[in-house]
Amino acid sequence: MGITLQHISKSYKKVKALDDVSFDVNPGELFGLIGPDGAGKTTLFRILTTLLIPDEGIAEVAGLDVIKDYKAIRKAVGYMPGRFSLYQDLTVEENLNFFATVFGTSIEENYDLIKDIYVQIEPFKDRRAGKLSGGMKQKLALSCALIHKPKVLFLDEPTTGVDPVSRKEFWDMLKRLKEKGITILVSTPYMDEAALCDRIALIQEGKILEIDTPENIVKNHPKTIYNVSAKETYRLIQDLKEYPDNRSVFAFGEYIHYTHSKENFNPEDIKNYLIKKNHQQLEIHPAKVTIEDVFMDLASQHNTEGN
Amino acid sequence: MKLEKVIEVGDLTKKFGDFTAVKRINFEVFKGEIFGFLGANGAGKTTAMKMLIGISKPTSGEATVAGFDVKSNSEMVKKSIGYMSQRFSMYDDLTIKENITFFGGIYGLNRKQIRQKTESVIEELQLQDVADKLVGSLPLGWKQKLAFSVSLLHEPKIVFLDEPTGGVDPITRRQFWELIYAEANKGTTIFVTTHYMDEAEYCDRVSIMVDGVIEALDTPKKLKEQFGTDSMGGVFLKLARGPQKP
Repeated sequence: MGITLQHISKSYKKVKALDDVSFDVNPGELFGLIGPDGAGKTTLFRILTTLLIPDEGIAEVAGLDVIKDYKAIRKAVGYMPGRFSLYQDLTVEENLNFFATVFGTSIEENYDLIKDIYVQIEPFKDRRAGKLSGGMKQKLALSCALIHKPKVLFLDEPTTGVDPVSRKEFWDMLKRLKEKGITILVSTPYMDEAALCDRIALIQEGKILEIDTPENIVKNHPKTIYNVSAKETYRLIQDLKEYPDNRSVFAFGEYIHYTHSKENFNPEDIKNYLIKKNHQQLEIHPAKVTIEDVFMDLASQHNTEGN
Repeated sequence: MKLEKVIEVGDLTKKFGDFTAVKRINFEVFKGEIFGFLGANGAGKTTAMKMLIGISKPTSGEATVAGFDVKSNSEMVKKSIGYMSQRFSMYDDLTIKENITFFGGIYGLNRKQIRQKTESVIEELQLQDVADKLVGSLPLGWKQKLAFSVSLLHEPKIVFLDEPTGGVDPITRRQFWELIYAEANKGTTIFVTTHYMDEAEYCDRVSIMVDGVIEALDTPKKLKEQFGTDSMGGVFLKLARGPQKP
């Protein structure tokens, strides 16, 4: 009851939104689609939810074909699009009732599934959806997407523009839904959320860059990354970019992540170079690789190949 | 050397009916500083920012921005600052050059200045090949870099950036911050909001708003020490877990 994609492509006029995308999401898996705006994430969601027909390729959701069985798929999945798509003029409760009725069920019938989430907005059940805060709208949208007890749940950037605290709460909710056996495909531009998925696909410009568990993606990264910091961050970035044979220089929180293009790299050399440039409070040591490092590395390779 | 204050805020307050969105906040921002303005959704950031850019009148309290009082002289405030938001980028069906010309005109630049600025922006962002393309055809990250440059056309003392990097890919996000650093280095003050906690680390000082109040304000380093955590994300989680609001 998972998801299968084989060689899916989709173009809008000249723009190739998806280019030969293949992967499987296992039943009961929490699978993350990680990539920036314009990567093709929404196009993929629209194909899997039968709202868009692919140019090429085959896709199945819960064992059903996205073209032939589109009616059955619509009953079996829940979809929370990126833009808030509930009825602003209906109250919280009316919205939920509406979606339950459309799917031929009732709030009571599947209350168990949404209880954890819905209790948080229940005190405001008579408020119009348009008057809710961002975090509350998101919880209502999730409740509406779940009310017919879907087998597969599609969440397109549910946390974009949401503050870190609410994002954390949202991911806790997803974990609990996963434990109830629902297959979840979720997309996000926040790389730190990738670590919370069972497996992830990194996607950019319509192409899958890598698919694996977050642990393996980080573990298999072939490059050593160094944390470098000094008193003047901006000047440090400039000077590192002028260092011979530098491979990448990216600001990364309180440190700069530096990689070198040659194998025989000695961090002492770069330290001496920076001392000569009068940098104060220098620090340099190996860094812990993150999903974001891997993504940037793959994305820049991908861009170079493209040229 | 005494630091020049570009923003001074004293007991600034905004009420909507019986709801106080911003409660007596106080802070100063200095010339050339990168000032991070953080808070959870609904904490009052946008309301506070609207007062500082002269489009919302404070209920009480004072704020001086670029030397002008936001209450009595809001038109001069608007002329003296740059502003860019995540949503309003630029006109999608105008070309890059046309957008620069349009906004240059709005900011009161003469033709010669517009011509010079157009050249320098296009060169700085390396947009030579796409200068005559419609802005709508550009990737989001390029649009945002361009919008930043456009907000600086009239050489304001201070620029307000409201979530400038939301949804932008990680490489472009860093290029964007290098533009911010370069501009701050020239002496422009940067006032920026973001939901990316790594970006909070790039700021000289960070304030964190919770329920209309500034709960913490310091350098990232000192905030991390104060809250006994090794990342700004940790600081944020400890502070911002305020009561839920509808």
